[in-house]
Amino acid sequence: MASTQTSGAHTSGAAGTAGQSAAIAGLDSVELGAVSTARRRGRLARMAWKATWPKLLAIGLALGAWQLFYLSNFHGDTATGLVKAPGAGLASLREELQHAQLWQAIGNTAQTAVTGYLLALVIGSVIGAIVSRIPPLRAATGSIISGLQTMPSIAWFPFAIILFGTSVSAILFVMVLGAAPSIANGLITGVDYTPSLLLRAGRTMGLRGVALYRYLILPASLPAYLAGLKQGWAFAWRSLMAGELLVIIVGHVSLGILLNNAQDNQDLTGAISIMIVILVIGIIVDAVFTKADLAVRRRRGLLTDGQPV
Amino acid sequence: MNARGASGDTAIRLTEISKVYGRGPGAVHAVDKLSLTVGRGEFVCLVGASGCGKSTLLSIVAGLDMPTAGQVDTGGRRVAIMFQEPALFPWLTARRNVELALRAMKVRTDERRRRAIRLLETVHLSDFADKRPHELSGGMRQRVALARALAQDADVLLMDEPFGALDAMTRDLLHDELERICSGRSLTVLFVTHNVREAARLSDRVVLLSSRPGRVIEEYDVPRTGPRRIDSASVADLASTVTDRLREEMRRDG
Repeated sequence: MASTQTSGAHTSGAAGTAGQSAAIAGLDSVELGAVSTARRRGRLARMAWKATWPKLLAIGLALGAWQLFYLSNFHGDTATGLVKAPGAGLASLREELQHAQLWQAIGNTAQTAVTGYLLALVIGSVIGAIVSRIPPLRAATGSIISGLQTMPSIAWFPFAIILFGTSVSAILFVMVLGAAPSIANGLITGVDYTPSLLLRAGRTMGLRGVALYRYLILPASLPAYLAGLKQGWAFAWRSLMAGELLVIIVGHVSLGILLNNAQDNQDLTGAISIMIVILVIGIIVDAVFTKADLAVRRRRGLLTDGQPV
Repeated sequence: MNARGASGDTAIRLTEISKVYGRGPGAVHAVDKLSLTVGRGEFVCLVGASGCGKSTLLSIVAGLDMPTAGQVDTGGRRVAIMFQEPALFPWLTARRNVELALRAMKVRTDERRRRAIRLLETVHLSDFADKRPHELSGGMRQRVALARALAQDADVLLMDEPFGALDAMTRDLLHDELERICSGRSLTVLFVTHNVREAARLSDRVVLLSSRPGRVIEEYDVPRTGPRRIDSASVADLASTVTDRLREEMRRDG
């Protein structure tokens, strides 16, 4: 019985394979469904609009608040021209933007921001990588890192100024202390929450040691690491602004110095102008981080179509 | 117990394996003095109610978990494991997922890509090589996972309810696929399932385990008489025999 049936089965098996692969292809196309390019293009336009309108609305609200403040005559001297209407204020900001001084201030501040953030990035990442690898170190330093995060960065300035004098180094020092713990924590969280199923899969594949880190744990940690980088930026930027207001360096123009000057000159409109510049820089950088975060989440299918962009 | 041929023909030999979780009166005996031999090229299904330590046993054979007592001997063979979840890396495309397994085996870069494509062809997914896991259906993901397991060039494939989360139609097709792939490669397969029909459909031998602690209570040899289908009479017969025995066992447990 066995021998005749087996040989018969063999021939039908070959034909069966072709039929089977067609059946599988059919099932695959049914399951996936196709999205037409026209629909995709429409979706892109909708997404662009969805990304833009909140920002336009935010600008409108801010200008409205300014107008209300102007009309309220809070300071009692609208007539003296100390407080200008949004239109006039924006006109004076436009004028400021034609002077080299504001651009130089923006350039200097941006340079300090980039330097401090990169330092924090390197130091935070290295600390995070080391601490997440060595469990006893993790137990010992975990609470210190979280504690550092809750410490307002401005409290570090007296220490930093005594240590470094009134210099950019003092500001950089406080920026690193503010941002590095968030970055380190982001990486540690990512490593901690690497799904155990993926770790098991990686280990059966033979990934060990450095390779396990390089190809599995680090990529798996990327979303949490990015969140840490974003939070780290927010801390670095705040520390930088506080630092530029506190650490007055002679001959070094920066956004903080311009704010200080506006304060000294009782120039309310000037102060508002500089604040707008600071706000715009913050929003732009935040948009970059949000975009990176969305790109990572979309690649991993952690984003559904209905979610806000 | 199963003295199947000489030791050279034995792929997996488990001797009096016990696994206890926890200590003292709260300890759970997941597996108790379980012995099992799987011959080279044999397809064995482990069937049992939940809590019979099926998955624990596979983890032990895979080396992901250590037994509390007893010995595991796989004769130095390469062992790959597939889980109920595909466990693919979501940041990599299907091809890169397969390539990573090859990389872990230190296959050369130019060779990796070629072999990954060929493995995806084996599971009929070459058109989807550059898709990420979330862009694939459940059945397709599990096929990528199968390709990744095959990439490990293992002699022993452990499968932990790999088709448990799939719909019946996809599962049927994957049964045919798995049968074709295994017979072409003379793989030794230890397959865990709670689906008795699936076991009868696929295996050369069905091993029935008792619940908590897990022990072998019955074994059923399945004669190879050509192609089987999930709805063929012989499969249904064996499935009902196994199910009756399983129910009897569960009643005894209360």
